[in-house]
Formats: sequence, structure tokens, C-alpha cells
Amino acid sequence: MTDAAPGTSAVRAPAPENALGMALRFALILFLFVLFFTSILAAVQQWTRPVIEASLAEEKMRFINEVLPPESFDNDLLADTLVLPPAPELGTKAPGTVYRARKAGQDAALVLEAVAPDGYAGEIRLLLGISADGVITGVRVIAHQETPGLGDYIDPRKDKNRKNPWINQFTGLATPQISESEWRVTKDGGRFAYRAGATVTPRAVVAAVKKAAHFAVREKARLFAPAAEASGTGNANGAAHDP
Amino acid sequence: MEPRMTREEFRAIARNGLWQQNTSLVQVLGLCPLLAMTTNMVNGAMLSLATILVMVIANVAVASLRRWIPHEMRIPVFILIIAALVTVVDLLFNAWFHALYVILGIFIPLITTNCIVLARVEAFAARNPPLHSTLDGLFMGIGMLWTLSLLGALRELIAGGTLFSGIDLVLPGASALQVFPESYAGFLLAALPPGAFILLGCMIAGKNWLDARAAARKQPPPIASGHAAPLAEGT
Repeated sequence: MTDAAPGTSAVRAPAPENALGMALRFALILFLFVLFFTSILAAVQQWTRPVIEASLAEEKMRFINEVLPPESFDNDLLADTLVLPPAPELGTKAPGTVYRARKAGQDAALVLEAVAPDGYAGEIRLLLGISADGVITGVRVIAHQETPGLGDYIDPRKDKNRKNPWINQFTGLATPQISESEWRVTKDGGRFAYRAGATVTPRAVVAAVKKAAHFAVREKARLFAPAAEASGTGNANGAAHDP
Repeated sequence: MEPRMTREEFRAIARNGLWQQNTSLVQVLGLCPLLAMTTNMVNGAMLSLATILVMVIANVAVASLRRWIPHEMRIPVFILIIAALVTVVDLLFNAWFHALYVILGIFIPLITTNCIVLARVEAFAARNPPLHSTLDGLFMGIGMLWTLSLLGALRELIAGGTLFSGIDLVLPGASALQVFPESYAGFLLAALPPGAFILLGCMIAGKNWLDARAAARKQPPPIASGHAAPLAEGT
């Protein structure tokens, strides 16, 4: 079909050439290839970096807007953050970020991450929006490994009930007005519906939302504190664990 | 020894990629991404598109650079080229199809280890001119595209009664198609990896059945000659 390329190199190989020369030649060739392709990578990385950063911020903002209506705040949420040390109330094992929404200078709402450690297949990571007066503005599942088709209805994109997804039950709940026994799925005598086939998953989510919402209400002052002040309290040892 | 491509060559490359040497149905390569990513049609198609992109560029790169790649160290160089291209595709997906990038996740970087890509580079691009290699990568990729899309479509249809779910991640505004009524209970097995194996098995069986039927048609009915039917030619 064409000139026999592999043939020529196969013929060239046994030509008298000492081992050192061959090693050097191969090393040089490999080096040139690495140099060439690494520079391509560097160029593409430079080119895409601003776009990737923008889409990461946009993705964060999209999640946040799902748990907190955009009209309820006017500050730059992604800039007004507080890094929270791991807290048992939130189920977090790594420092998490709290986004503080303010409107006209007033504390409006908090967006924080919570983890339900006891899902059917490991951790369920949640994003929770809660207003300054304790009303849950929304909950979304960020990451989970629940069984497709059974437990994954906690993610509204997988929920078959498009108009009223399961996770929307939390929206609008005033945390302080809900009694301890109501924070359960209906099967256990609580107020939260569940879908046949999976109860472990909703139980885990309900428990995690309850703990996180109570935490947000209780720790409100600290969580809303402006950046400088907050870092001061954050340095106090074990501040997050104090009841 | 003309550098241009004859009609027969083009047809052979296309036939091999799309049907005769289909990556998933005949070579049965790259099963890991196949199982993980065909839970719906859009994911399967988009992973295939990423793989096509890598295969075409990798084939062109190797076919054009083959003069300078010593035969003894071709594999490290091939892997270097493929890994660099995969990283480029990874960055591009991250930048412009971010939602999809999150779903495809680890399976984009894993294209590097997909044996289909290395197999085509080693078996075809290292021995053929760039034009032929481009088309080989393209058609092998399209072969994978239609197989994975069909498998993804079957799986989501059987598992949830929908088609094109997740299309909004590619075309904002578009929405999934509800084929079966909302009340369809769903058949969970199809969404899980065993379902993918079973359906892939059915598709391979279907392909073999079509091939056997075509071969039988081509062959004149055995006349009263005493010869046994010749064995099917291996490819």
C-alpha cells in the first residue's frame, strides 16, 4: 500500500551500534516527543484555564441557586464564605465551606454542605440552604451512590416525579417549629414521604437535614459573622464542637 | 504505490470499523467504559465522541510521525501521544461541556488505557499513511458510537422507559423523551452492569445472526456436490 515504515526501522535496528549509542539515541527521541507533547498540553491548559474556572464557579452557583432563590440575596456569595472545621452535626470529615447570603447588608441565609454518613451505599452529600430565621430554602443532593432506579430519587434529576420531586419536601420548612418526632419518614411516624423500595436512603437524608438545620439555627451568630471575626472564632480550639 | 486512496480501500476501512471489526461487538474491547457509561444513550454517545476524537488525532499523529518512531520503543511513544491527547480532550470537555464532564468523570482520563485506541494505533496507524489512518480511527470510533448508543438506548428504555435522558447537558433546553407511559415500573436490571452484559450479549448474537444469514444468502444452495461447505473465512 505504501512504503514499509516498520520494515525499514526493523532493518535499521540490527545495524552495528553499541548499546550506549542506542540508549542515547532512544532517550533523545523520547525526550523530543515528551517536549513536543508537553508543550501542546501546556498550551491547551493555558487556553482552557479561564473557561474551566468560570464553569466551575458557574456550576457552584447553579447548585446554590437551586437551594436558595437568587433574588433572596445581593452579595457575591462565592466570595463571602467561611471555612468550617469538620463538625459532627454536619457529618463532615473535612473542612467545609459555608456561603453566607446577605441582602442590603442584612443576614439573609446560609448555604452549607452536609453529609449523611448512613446512606444505603455510603455517604450522601447534601447542599442545604437555610434562611436566617431557620426556614429551609432548599436541599439538593450533590453526590451519592444509591442504587439507580431505587434510592436515587433523592436526586431530582433522577426522580420520576418531575413536577414535585421528593427532595422538595424540605423546602419551606421552618426548622424551629418542627418537633423531634416529625423529623422522620412517614413509615417511622414522621412527616416525610418516601418511595416504595428504598427507605434507608430517605431516612439518612432526613436525619442529615435535621441535624444540619438545627446546627445552622443554633450556630447562626457564628456562621454569619463577617470574615475577620469568624476566623477569630474558628481559631478557638474545638469551637465547632461546643454545644 | 499511489499515496491516494482507492475506493476499495475506503470501503474496506469503513466496513471494518462499522461492522466487521466492530470494537464492541467483534473485538469486544473497552468493556469497562462500556458497562459504566451506557446507562443512557447520551452518556454512551458522548463517551464515544470523546474516544473518536482521541482515536482520530492519535492515528493521524502516529501515522505522520511513524518515520521518527523507532520500532523498538514505539509503545512508550504511542502511550505518550495517546495520554497527551486524552488530557487535551479532558481539558476541552471540562471547559465546554462541564456538566457532562462531571458525569463522564474518570472515564475520560481512562480513554488512555482503552485498548481500542492503542490497538488501532499499533495495528493500523503505525503501518499506514495518515489519510487511511484518519479514516480508520473515524470509522472504528463510529462503530463504537453506534454500538454504545444503541446499548445505552436499550438500557434506558428497558430500565426507565425513556430515551435521550440527559440530553439537556449537551443541548440546553432539549428534554428527554418518555417512550413508555409514566406508570412504567421500570426494569432495574437493565440499568445495572449485569444488564449491560446481557444486552451486549444479545447484540453480539444479533450481529452474528445477521452475518450468518447474509452468508447463507450469498452462498448458492448446496447442489449435489459432495464437498462440505467451506468454513467461514476468519478475519
